[in-house]
Amino acid sequence: MAAGLATWLPFARAAAVGWLPLAQQPLPPAPGVKTSRGDEVLVVNVSGRRFETWKNTLDRYPDTLLGSSEKEFFYDADSGEYFFDRDPDMFRHVLNFYRTGRLHCPRQECIQAFDEELAFYGLVPELVGDCCLEEYRDRKKENAERLAEDEEAEQAGDGPALPAGSSLRQRLWRAFENPHTSTAALVFYYVTGFFIAVSVIANVVETIPCRGAARRSSREQPCGERFPQAFFCMDTACVLIFTGEYLLRLFAAPSRCRFLRSVMSLIDVVAILPYYIGLLVPKNDDVSGAFVTLRVFRVFRIFKFSRHSQGLRILGYTLKSCASELGFLLFSLTMAIIIFATVMFYAEKGTNKTNFTSIPAAFWYTIVTMTTLGYGDMVPSTIAGKIFGSICSLSGVLVIALPVPVIVSNFSRIYHQNQRADKRRAQQKVRLARIRLAKSGTTNAFLQYKQNGGLEDSGSGEEQALCVRNRSAFEQQHHHLLHCLEKTTCHEFTDELTFSEALGAVSPGGRTSRSTSVSSQPMGHGSLLSSCCPRRAKRRAIRLANSTASVSRGSMQELDMLAGLRRSPAPQSRSSLNAKPHDSLDLNCDSRDFVAAIISIPTPPANTPDESQPSSPGGGSRAGSTLRNSSLGTPCLFPETVKISSL
Amino acid sequence: MGAVMGTFSSLQTKQRRPSKDKIEDELEMTMVCHRPEGLEQLEAQTNFTKRELQVLYRGFKNECPSGVVNEDTFKQIYAQFFPHGDASTYAHYLFNAFDTTQTGSVKFEDFVTALSILLRGTVHEKLRWTFNLYDINKDGYINKEEMMDIVKAIYDMMGKYTYPVLKEDTPRQHVDVFFQKMDKNKDGIVTLDEFLESCQEDDNIMRSLQLFQNVM
Repeated sequence: MAAGLATWLPFARAAAVGWLPLAQQPLPPAPGVKTSRGDEVLVVNVSGRRFETWKNTLDRYPDTLLGSSEKEFFYDADSGEYFFDRDPDMFRHVLNFYRTGRLHCPRQECIQAFDEELAFYGLVPELVGDCCLEEYRDRKKENAERLAEDEEAEQAGDGPALPAGSSLRQRLWRAFENPHTSTAALVFYYVTGFFIAVSVIANVVETIPCRGAARRSSREQPCGERFPQAFFCMDTACVLIFTGEYLLRLFAAPSRCRFLRSVMSLIDVVAILPYYIGLLVPKNDDVSGAFVTLRVFRVFRIFKFSRHSQGLRILGYTLKSCASELGFLLFSLTMAIIIFATVMFYAEKGTNKTNFTSIPAAFWYTIVTMTTLGYGDMVPSTIAGKIFGSICSLSGVLVIALPVPVIVSNFSRIYHQNQRADKRRAQQKVRLARIRLAKSGTTNAFLQYKQNGGLEDSGSGEEQALCVRNRSAFEQQHHHLLHCLEKTTCHEFTDELTFSEALGAVSPGGRTSRSTSVSSQPMGHGSLLSSCCPRRAKRRAIRLANSTASVSRGSMQELDMLAGLRRSPAPQSRSSLNAKPHDSLDLNCDSRDFVAAIISIPTPPANTPDESQPSSPGGGSRAGSTLRNSSLGTPCLFPETVKISSL
Repeated sequence: MGAVMGTFSSLQTKQRRPSKDKIEDELEMTMVCHRPEGLEQLEAQTNFTKRELQVLYRGFKNECPSGVVNEDTFKQIYAQFFPHGDASTYAHYLFNAFDTTQTGSVKFEDFVTALSILLRGTVHEKLRWTFNLYDINKDGYINKEEMMDIVKAIYDMMGKYTYPVLKEDTPRQHVDVFFQKMDKNKDGIVTLDEFLESCQEDDNIMRSLQLFQNVM
């Protein structure tokens, strides 16, 4: 985006007038040459490829860029042609529109790029000719859908960083929803999965007949009745775990009502409720029949696995989304069953000892036949019955085969969507990481630039480090802009490391007393140089000393710190600190004092003449800028202090 | 049986057709397109030469083919210039200052007019523009809350990692000092005249305003 950014640079710099007038490198004035051409053949140079056309051709559509006077903005007087820095291949289609009146859509180009070109040249997409319109619309819709999916995934995606200071509830909920975020959540996830499996297996094993110790016992009992205590204990343990999990989820849920209504919580409730009902119900023989029925519901625990398995969730979702197809299948099957059952009943009515005792009895035969199961427990014996039976089985195949592909395609679409979402999420993380890296690159570029002494005002060429000199014009101006902002707010940009160091230093140890000298200042503030506005700080301090009103202790400390640091902006590695930079320092001092024209702390004009005297015993002592005038007279301290800080 | 199934399936498919045609939405989006006045007129109205206007417009058109900039674009641009902090608030105030007609979008003319004032205007014009920027509700007065908002927005641009560490009341102190200087009659608001007067008294401000003359 560097090119795009460069075009906005004048705007950014102009807007900076709003907050800071600092000395800046004067730019060479642009030459202003203007020639006019009256030829009838226009040359349009699109990224090097020359297109020539009559002026009249372009004038055919006066409400577009090329047809109106807007193209004069792109006229290059030196070469006498209109220069557009756009894609020449796409321009071909645009120009053909002027020539033929029909806008065609290029088949092999990205639809988005084509759209952008159309927008640039002022062509409305509706101008796309009939031959290409259908395809254009389809591709555009597809693109839009894909982009919408991207945005949805972004918004719905689990943010890797939880906002600091989230409550226990939020953390718990997040742990439940995304078990891979923390180890404890993962452990919990696996433990519950294990217990679900144990519970289901116990249910199954309970009914297996196991041989008793005494082979002589005639009756074989199922295991559940042989070891009732063991199974009861296992059941209790599982239910306790499930209950605990359910209650925790209920506590952590951000919206309890919604959670209570969700499918998963219903499954949970159904899984644990029978146990409690069984506890409450007394061991009465009358009620035990109902009690046994309740035990059937224990099998629903297997559905709890759907939290653990994504495939299961997809299946459930597919069935939900194919509800209409399933409904259709059911309806048509029902119709067919009724019809064929009736027919078979009447066909077999005359036979003795027939199984087809009533129409509902014939339902069973019809279902078994239509699904091609054919148990053989009910068989037609009359010829008419056999004929209709065969028709029944043939049509059964058809009826079932019709909706199944729709369901299958739905399932595959949803499944692939899920795959894509996972892939996109993984790609997104990489993308974000790369973007963050690039962003920190610009930040670091500026910090690097500062460290290499780029802030020195109009320093002589040879002294500047190579990296400083080799910056592009855009970079230079951008860094200047950032520097201006620093001066406005009297704070400097720094990186995370020094920030955390400073943070640590400010709170406990920042309370430096006034009497400490420069050299004993905490040098651990990283490699950052220069305090910002020393004189301003001093001035503020003096004014604050005069007016006791609103200055808190904290800000005094800040002033101390500000004042006490080396404020020379000259680069650390230079040894020629004393001589030349001081002149530029003087200039810096003056300009820095003004601090952002209007917004930043404007220096009270009245104080300037007063304070300039005490602060400058000698040229180099401006660099002192500390409240303690005693340490002002030691410019030679600076090279050393500079070097120390550079570590 | 087959006929019944056929009718049933056709019923099903009718339900699946999209209920709304999205063509109207597309039309709406593509209609917004603005073309600026001619080059000669703009040259007469602003202090830029034709060449400069050409350069400006090319860049503008490249970034905003529709011919207008909206607030989001402003914020994005500023965010790219100041990646350290959050430039969106300041961009918002800037946008309001650029959008003189309060339409919610900045056309090329507005853009160039403002640039012309800021880069090539007289000191008086620049100061007046800056006053307009600070006067958020455009009532002709700057009060402490407005100033506080602006200063806070500027400090936001610095971001979190600053040196020295940004304190909570630094912006407020900034504003207090500003008001002490600008507010002549100490009534808590700064009028345009007070503002112009105070700035013109300060040689430093005057001098620094000249320094952006050649930015292009």
